Amino acid sequence: MTERDNQSSIAEQMAAHIRKVADHRDRAAFAEIFDYFGPRLKSFVMRQGSDPQLAEEVVQETMVKIWHKSGQFDSKKASASTWIYTIARNMRIDLLRKMNRPEPDMNDPSMTPDPDPMAYDKIAFDQEADQLKKSITLLPEDQQRVLQLAYFEDKTHNEVAVELNVPLGTVKSRIRLALRRIRTELGDLR
Amino acid sequence: MNVNHHPSEALLLDYVSGTLGETWSLGIATHLALCPTCRRTVDVLEAMGGDLLENISPAEMSGDAAARMMARIDVSDDAQNKTGLPTLQLSKSHILPQPLLSYLGKDLADLKWQRLGMGAFQSLIQTQEKDVTARLLRIPAGKPVPEHTHRGLELTLILSGEFSDATGTYKRGDLQEADETLGHHPCAGKDKDCVCLAITDAPLRFRSLAARIVQPMLGI
Repeated sequence: MTERDNQSSIAEQMAAHIRKVADHRDRAAFAEIFDYFGPRLKSFVMRQGSDPQLAEEVVQETMVKIWHKSGQFDSKKASASTWIYTIARNMRIDLLRKMNRPEPDMNDPSMTPDPDPMAYDKIAFDQEADQLKKSITLLPEDQQRVLQLAYFEDKTHNEVAVELNVPLGTVKSRIRLALRRIRTELGDLR
Repeated sequence: MNVNHHPSEALLLDYVSGTLGETWSLGIATHLALCPTCRRTVDVLEAMGGDLLENISPAEMSGDAAARMMARIDVSDDAQNKTGLPTLQLSKSHILPQPLLSYLGKDLADLKWQRLGMGAFQSLIQTQEKDVTARLLRIPAGKPVPEHTHRGLELTLILSGEFSDATGTYKRGDLQEADETLGHHPCAGKDKDCVCLAITDAPLRFRSLAARIVQPMLGI
């Protein structure tokens, strides 16, 4: 089994565990999610500058949210890791910054609907997620560096420009090029 | 309805990574409610975050972390059952999408407007941040917004009507991301008042002497 086969089977296992938590309040499945994502979430939050205790607090609160919101997980819309990433991000903003993070409300009738809901495949654990993984690793070094600083080191694109000592326009164009390339490879753009 | 003017990918990345402040995020989130294209970009960026999370080298958890976790879910299950679902506030006019409507607390027709002069009005929006200001602006049909440049960033999101400047015409859902390099002279479309969400991190700098004299009094 190659490493990539192994990873997508983990993604599928985690999605199945979340569904078991949603349907049966399955504590064993929840423990599996904690074993896999807990240490990764802690690592992620520590890279963003938190000490180990605070990082564990973010992990605990994130996992409590996962326990309660498991019914909202839809594996057709996002992979387990993407869904958990967004919960952890919001929890961290809430706990560490005491800040509200405005989000669109998917049930709002004032929202402009997707013109063609089938136009894009959702990036779940199927081929698209594999394609995304591959596309990220194939990005040029300078584009990968900008993305790592943004996600792992909690820097705005302004701060990334200062850190790398390059003009703001350069950072913006690296982000634009990285996204264009990834979306082309996902089949969004031609 | 087609949205033609979008925030930069860099700003969407800041929104997704969680580094963008509350007030700017209000502008981005309101644009997302009106723009399926940028919602897709956000999906891709969030999937990248998920991929990075999956592939990070794991940290070691403290010995009792799993036990504490299981104890937590027992306690909070009881608490959770007592809270009901939040009721969704609806916009009767369908002009103000969430989350903007929640921040304003009332629909367009019920807002209190503050006179800005030259027929324009504003309604300030409270956020937790002091150094970034969000406001709704109402510019009368066919009238210009006084010519100004920005000392910092300005986001303008059109909610109703339209406005035009040297960079193009902006309609509902369109977002202009302007920095200090853009000196512009926006003008509302002639058929209808223009209502827009404007977010700035520094006072606007007006070109004409008359506008500069009244600016401190207007607080913009």
